[in-house]
Amino acid sequence: MATVVFTQNLRRHVACPPEAVDAATVAQALAIVFASNPRLRGYVLDDQGALRHHMMVFVDGEPITDRRHLSDPIAPGSELYVMQALSGG
Amino acid sequence: MHSMLISTRKGLFVAEPTSGGYAIDRGHFVGDNLSLAMVDPRDGAWYAALDHGHFGVKLHRSDDRGATWAEIATPAYPPQPEGEVQTNYFGLELKWSTSLVWSLAPALDADGALWCGTIPGGLFRSEDRGASWSLVDALWFHPDRKKWGGGGRDHAGIHSICVDPRDPRTVAVAVSTGGIWRTRDAGATWTNCADGMRAEYVPPELVHDGNAQDVHCLVQCAATPTTFWVQHHNGIFVSTDDMATWTELEDAGPSRFGFPVVVDPNDPNTAWFVPAIKDEKRIPVDGKVVVTRTRDGGKSFDVLSAGLPSRFAYDLVYRHGFARAPDGALAFGSTTGNVFASLDGGDHWAVVSNYLPPVYAVTFVA
Repeated sequence: MATVVFTQNLRRHVACPPEAVDAATVAQALAIVFASNPRLRGYVLDDQGALRHHMMVFVDGEPITDRRHLSDPIAPGSELYVMQALSGG
Repeated sequence: MHSMLISTRKGLFVAEPTSGGYAIDRGHFVGDNLSLAMVDPRDGAWYAALDHGHFGVKLHRSDDRGATWAEIATPAYPPQPEGEVQTNYFGLELKWSTSLVWSLAPALDADGALWCGTIPGGLFRSEDRGASWSLVDALWFHPDRKKWGGGGRDHAGIHSICVDPRDPRTVAVAVSTGGIWRTRDAGATWTNCADGMRAEYVPPELVHDGNAQDVHCLVQCAATPTTFWVQHHNGIFVSTDDMATWTELEDAGPSRFGFPVVVDPNDPNTAWFVPAIKDEKRIPVDGKVVVTRTRDGGKSFDVLSAGLPSRFAYDLVYRHGFARAPDGALAFGSTTGNVFASLDGGDHWAVVSNYLPPVYAVTFVA
């Protein structure tokens, strides 16, 4: 099982505890989480299902490369962090 | 007197009437960015449009005057055609995704129905008090929409919605930048009504093109609905023939630039503006905040300054930042976080607050 963790800043707006999922890609992992928590989807993805412009997903410490379709693979035991794309300031 | 809702960069604040004016009483969503609030006079519901930045735009509704709020649906665009990069008139890539709720109004032709204007330019309609939304296809897929461009932002947006008091199926919306569009059949067909305006920031061929007009704010007189007032990027325009023609008013006080306009719902000849040095600076002329008022349909303008800061003041008032209450009270809020109110039609102004975050919108509870 992979684990999906959301930034604490998001928990102020919508409940999003860490969740264990059985998935092969980032898209599948998030889809499982959103299926039981549909309001969360719009906070992470835009109207077209792409990662919001100022959001970032890390898989085992590496940023994903496919922000449009979220096709980046994950492994059993992977840790996904859904974060704000902060760049200082 | 009526409660006032002030939408700011850091929360929605409620000002309540006092013996001499208004005072801030409480805040909602404190710390969050509010693009606007709307009060539906039919059922008393309050709507708040939040812009969470990283997390996107969200809408909330309160059915108990702000005591509790519930998140409702956000207008969302349908799937974008695969493999086709869409651009706006200026060639910037345009993604079909709501980046701002920029106008919200009751759709008076059906109970519980709402109109919502967004950036990047889509108009949405809800039949169920915001529980769900549908894109108004006829306007989004109108071929002229590809001639719209961004005003102060990357993409065009619908910021003004005028539901016609003669027939609620007739609705005019204004676009920055894309002119004015009107439907007479509740959104099924649309016609540009900005022909005859003048845009001084485009090549000569486009000066009078309806799609090139950067309308900053559009209002319609309730008692005389053939009269519309516009604060435009390069001037003030009035139409007294139901938008068949427009007249530009060149002598309108210290400046013709600004964002908001308020019309007296009982008198089509009376309207208020807040002028600023035009687009290259966007600050009050000479650091002096004034309101301009015409009471003769634009033939002359009073410059009203009693009670307003007159030195080293750099307040800018955005298009939704100026409102008139049903009892005639006026109020505006600025980027400096000042809010002023007048109980005598603008002759005298009193401070409501000097310490709010930047103000984006002011409205009154009906």
